[in-house]
Amino acid sequence: MTAVFGIPVTVLLGQLMLGLVNGSFYALLSLGLAVIFGLMGIVNFAHGAFYALGAFVALFGAAQFGINYWEALVLAPLAVGLIGVVAERLFLRRLHGLDPLYGLLMTFGLALVIEGLLHQAFGSSGQSYPVPHALMGAVNLGFMILPIYRAWVIVVSVVVCGTTWFVIERTRLGATLRAAKENAPLLQAFGVNVPFLVAATYGGGVALAALAGVLSAPIILVTPAMGSSLVIVVFAVVVIGGMGSILGAVVSGLALGVIEGFTKIIYPEASNIVVFVIMALVLVLRPAGLFGKE
Amino acid sequence: MKRKTLAIATTMALALMANVRAAHAATNDVVIGDIDDLSGNYADVAGAGAIEAMNMAIADFGGTVLGRKIVTLVTDHQNKPDIGASKLRAWADQNGLNMLLGGSNTGVSIAMAKVAAAKKIPFFAIGAGGSSLTNEDCTAYTIHYVYDTTSLANGTATTIVKNGGKSWFYLTADYAFGAQLQTAASKVVEANGGKNVGAVRVPLGASDFSSFLLQAQGSGAQVLGLANAGEDFSNSLKAANEFGITSTMKPAALLAFITNIHSLGLQTAQGLYLTTAFYWDLNEDTRAFGKRYFAKMKREPTMDQAGYYSATLTYLKAVKAVGTTDSDKVMAELKRTKIDDIFVKGGYIRADGVMVHDMYVMQVKSPGESRYPWDYYKLVKQMKGAEAFGPITGLCPLAPK
Repeated sequence: MTAVFGIPVTVLLGQLMLGLVNGSFYALLSLGLAVIFGLMGIVNFAHGAFYALGAFVALFGAAQFGINYWEALVLAPLAVGLIGVVAERLFLRRLHGLDPLYGLLMTFGLALVIEGLLHQAFGSSGQSYPVPHALMGAVNLGFMILPIYRAWVIVVSVVVCGTTWFVIERTRLGATLRAAKENAPLLQAFGVNVPFLVAATYGGGVALAALAGVLSAPIILVTPAMGSSLVIVVFAVVVIGGMGSILGAVVSGLALGVIEGFTKIIYPEASNIVVFVIMALVLVLRPAGLFGKE
Repeated sequence: MKRKTLAIATTMALALMANVRAAHAATNDVVIGDIDDLSGNYADVAGAGAIEAMNMAIADFGGTVLGRKIVTLVTDHQNKPDIGASKLRAWADQNGLNMLLGGSNTGVSIAMAKVAAAKKIPFFAIGAGGSSLTNEDCTAYTIHYVYDTTSLANGTATTIVKNGGKSWFYLTADYAFGAQLQTAASKVVEANGGKNVGAVRVPLGASDFSSFLLQAQGSGAQVLGLANAGEDFSNSLKAANEFGITSTMKPAALLAFITNIHSLGLQTAQGLYLTTAFYWDLNEDTRAFGKRYFAKMKREPTMDQAGYYSATLTYLKAVKAVGTTDSDKVMAELKRTKIDDIFVKGGYIRADGVMVHDMYVMQVKSPGESRYPWDYYKLVKQMKGAEAFGPITGLCPLAPK
């Protein structure tokens, strides 16, 4: 068997694949964070809570209204996005123009409240969400058995990330959104409803988190705390990619998933800190992040 | 600006508000305290259900002992040793605490055991796994009531090795509890003629277990030893199923509760071996207790929750027998009396503080075998207390070898 650094190539390929799956989640979550920070200047600490909320909406919808996975994939992000819009109108709007620290504190509080409510309603031990019928089973890739559902996650993530990047960087809507960040009063003078745009941006960002939540529901146990540990890693991903850079968030999300995967075979104990080590290095060498502008 | 500051302050205050439900006790009352995880990872294992079980025991006892009213204090330790210890100290100093129930975290329990010993308060540790509570960290007032890492490993590992699962690979949570579990299981596997092939140490709370599981599969071992608990346990077993690992390796839970099995569903958990101190469907007594508990909590009790019921009754019976709440007299009574109730038959508290009782090795049923709600386990072996908890180690000065 061929080997690289004493590790069989088949094992490396397997970890590469799994790394891409995890990276897909990082990319989706950091994309939402990057959109919210890039267009609003808010450090959204509630992102992990909205991710959990997305999974719980899918779970609750299935139990109460018989909503299936495919419907949940659309409805849960919509519902959570709407909650995001309300949260922006009620709370975040009032912090506009203040030090970003206020937004951070507010969203942190919001996260605690959401997670607390989920905990109260559903308990802490978590619940299972079944893999949809059409995506059950696994394919033999020769070097590993890949569950079809995991491959599906990569596809969805790449499509959604690509679309979001295209909308924001290449369309008129995206240009308007970016203009709202650059010079809101001027844009308002042109007759654009800027407050609505800002609220919709926040809603869109947290809807991406909810989408990631629905995607992960069949893989891991749905618990109120499922997002709180993940969100810290995702913040590191965003910092590495460059705060607010959409391309940076997506590329570094996928890349860090893969690096983390390799760490899991070389030195498993370090797999949860490798992302932070890289973040420290990036901050020292390129403080604006890999894709950030100085 | 003022309003904004106020809004932020209010949010933070709400967030930080501790979940304290402390009643004020008159000096003549008998005060039972419960310090447990009420909001975190283990809140479903003990938590609100354990409080209910404690209250059921007090009600069954009649609500009074020696003509004094029995009152309870409850708080959340948030899995932080300093919070558990300082709350206990405050209750002992200001509220006339007579007995402490608590746990769900070895670190917190060790911290509380030290304070309980200094304040001379009997401490029933329930839900903390670490057997160091009755070894290096033992005190004259600690009673380790439901299970410890030794009995869990003895139950599950012995049974599997004897049934042909000779080679083991461990998926170990990378902290004290995981390491203690793995060590305990490894010893048992070797003593019974099995082989430990390897282990991978997984950071606590990992979001994905598939990489580690592929390593386990690559080892060629017959048994996948899950030396973890709670969410980590559930997520690793879920991924093992997804990647088809459970078809080539036999999964062994070194600590799993009925709530974990309920969360995972039988489709995922079927065939799993585990060790428990209590199962609601064991006999008439346990079924009767399960029925009463279910009527209140809408779920069957875990071994911790049943343990809370039993420990509360055991303490109150001892107080009644000696006619005082004097801790030394009560402890002496506790250590010389057999315990018989719905939770345990013929249990006894050893000099080192271990409550020795039978443990049950179970296998999780398949969806086809399960005939009614919460019909999850079939009994593989009833392990005698002496075998499950092993001999006195001599590490605790109170109990020389």
